[in-house]
Amino acid sequence: MEGLLNAIVLITNFAVVPGLAYGSQLALGALGVTLTFAVLRFSNFAHGETMSFGAMVAIFVTWGLQAYGVSIDPLPTALLALPAAIIVTVLFVLGTDRLIYRFYRDKRSDQVVFIIVSIGVMFVMAGLIRFIIGPNDQIFTDGARFLISARDFRDMTGLDEGLAIKTTQVITLATAAVCVLLLFWFLQKTRTGKSMRAYADNEDLATLSGIDAGRVVVIAWALSAALATIAGTLYGLDKSYKPFVFQELLLPIFAAAIVGGLGSPIGAIVGGYLIAFAEVFLTYAYKRFLGHILPDSWMPDGLAQLLATEYKFAVAFVILVITLLIRPTGLFNRRST
Amino acid sequence: MKTALLALASAAAIAVAAPAAAQDDVKLGVLLAFTGPLESLAPSIADGAELAAKEISDSGQFMNGATVTPVRGDSTCIDAGAATAAGERLVTSDGVAAIVGAMCSGATSAVLQNVGIPNGIVMISPSATSPALTNVEDNGLFFRTAPSDARQGEIIADMLSERDISEVALTYTNNDYGKGLADSIASAFEAKGGTITINAAHEDGKGDYSAEVAALAAAGGELLVVAGYLDQGGKGIIQASLDSGAFDTFLLPDGMVGDALVAAIGDDLDGSFGVLPGSDSDGAGVYAKLAEEAGFTPGVYSGEAYDAAALILLAMQAAQSTESADFKGKIMDIANAPGEKILPGELGKALELIANGQDVDYVGATAVELIGGGESAGSFREIEIKDGAIQTVKYR
Repeated sequence: MEGLLNAIVLITNFAVVPGLAYGSQLALGALGVTLTFAVLRFSNFAHGETMSFGAMVAIFVTWGLQAYGVSIDPLPTALLALPAAIIVTVLFVLGTDRLIYRFYRDKRSDQVVFIIVSIGVMFVMAGLIRFIIGPNDQIFTDGARFLISARDFRDMTGLDEGLAIKTTQVITLATAAVCVLLLFWFLQKTRTGKSMRAYADNEDLATLSGIDAGRVVVIAWALSAALATIAGTLYGLDKSYKPFVFQELLLPIFAAAIVGGLGSPIGAIVGGYLIAFAEVFLTYAYKRFLGHILPDSWMPDGLAQLLATEYKFAVAFVILVITLLIRPTGLFNRRST
Repeated sequence: MKTALLALASAAAIAVAAPAAAQDDVKLGVLLAFTGPLESLAPSIADGAELAAKEISDSGQFMNGATVTPVRGDSTCIDAGAATAAGERLVTSDGVAAIVGAMCSGATSAVLQNVGIPNGIVMISPSATSPALTNVEDNGLFFRTAPSDARQGEIIADMLSERDISEVALTYTNNDYGKGLADSIASAFEAKGGTITINAAHEDGKGDYSAEVAALAAAGGELLVVAGYLDQGGKGIIQASLDSGAFDTFLLPDGMVGDALVAAIGDDLDGSFGVLPGSDSDGAGVYAKLAEEAGFTPGVYSGEAYDAAALILLAMQAAQSTESADFKGKIMDIANAPGEKILPGELGKALELIANGQDVDYVGATAVELIGGGESAGSFREIEIKDGAIQTVKYR
């Protein structure tokens, strides 16, 4: 019995908890991508850099708050900085839309043109961010680090295996849940949300029935920028902020959005967790887990690992390819593209 | 009229040709990974190389008063194509006489094969440590002021067995450097009777390392050897290991030792130990002071870059030529005994000695001693982390 408990604690500690936190971060990122796709009808490659930009602003505000001695211990100060960071990022993204995307929208440019433009925006933003904050790691986490640390858990329960839960992991999950609930409430219940969905379903019909297209576009950008800021800041809090990471993050985020079905908010969330858990569980070495539940004579010699961790990157790709082959519109998309 | 034109033309030709003949400005390529996963280390390495170039330039003793202008190029770290293009640009468009670089082992061998050898340009890398570069066909053009990782692997195996550690888990950054170092650690440690429970790669630049750490923890071991980069995956692995309680002691090879890591991780790192290139010669201290005066903090491989640039320029002085074919043979003579020992800040003196036909033994910031095919023999500094600070245990 104790063996089974140990096994459960072990896999919770090394796979379930980190997977949940990582999945939430991916889901928030994918939600932003999916929203831009639904309303503006292109894949925004600059989304990773928008996350980075938002996190950067949050860091500056956090430093400012820390300098003035403001703190909400045991919670990280960065949570206080979030609203300001969201406002700055939204303004920046709206400025980008004004300056760049609107030109192509007025010309009714092809989707491909928008994608290429967003790649350009991505590079400019990447450069800008490095100019402002530099390429280095920035640590801005404060407050209590652990809700429960591995050692405390072992002392408390007397089990061999420890279970560590970081404050940032809990905050990530909680914030993600709140954001998702608010977003769904907004999309389902409010007039603006409904007009956004109408615009996403059929642009011309929606415009004809009196929906202000310009307003819908502004709200879509604002929402995706806000989600990006939250995702970027949570990610930076949980790991650490480094501009380079956000370009790498683009692949799993897009994989999550596409697997769930581009344009579908529920799909983005399911996709995020699917990619995260697939990465963790497929590359987990089950040796110690099996050691707790199997008799010694049944123990495998090797690590009992399905995939070596260097193939972690490939997991997102493979899921992406399988989705595109079997269900090209994604799991939750009603509309065929 | 015709004669006047001709005279004008020839006068112009002389005016254009004259400076080229006197070579009053020598261009030195500084090809480092200014963008990419090691972008945070590159600036202080570049500053090192440029400090040496400036010192030589300011001395007025170099090649009858010639000046040195460093030209930067971005070798990235992971993109061999971009590195080659940057190297090509330095050589063909900027006309550099030699290159300090490249930075990462993969980029270095790409630039060497595609630019250095075809154009016959000397390259001295301050930081490429892959054992594969030891035996590379280089026509005598490639040197490095950093030691090969084969040597570091042996030292790490010694450190482990001196501490009676017999089982370790090993993770490396998935590139030429990490793979080369991991293999040399594994073979040296296994030759001493130790066991590597798992030898797994990790990718840099990812934010999440829980899957990697889960696999490492499942394999187990008394400690974790992290052959990665301190501001990259290596840090992520250590953080995730500590957070999940997977490992609490780490062995840190050269890419992992730095104050940034201690600052980022904090007290939990106490008791971990590591090794990095370094010597107890006076050079390191003198160099640190020079760097401070110049306004930068010397980081990993910054001293090596100073030495690389100094070796190139001193060899040019010895050959009285900026042609790589002429001075490539002089580099080993300058770096090794016999001769007057040269510390950082004494480059002017070295130039004068060489001009007078005397031998110099360049010691520099890192006690350079070139062996074999032209790579640093490597003296290493063993460190331990105590009370949140890096402390030197001894030199090996």
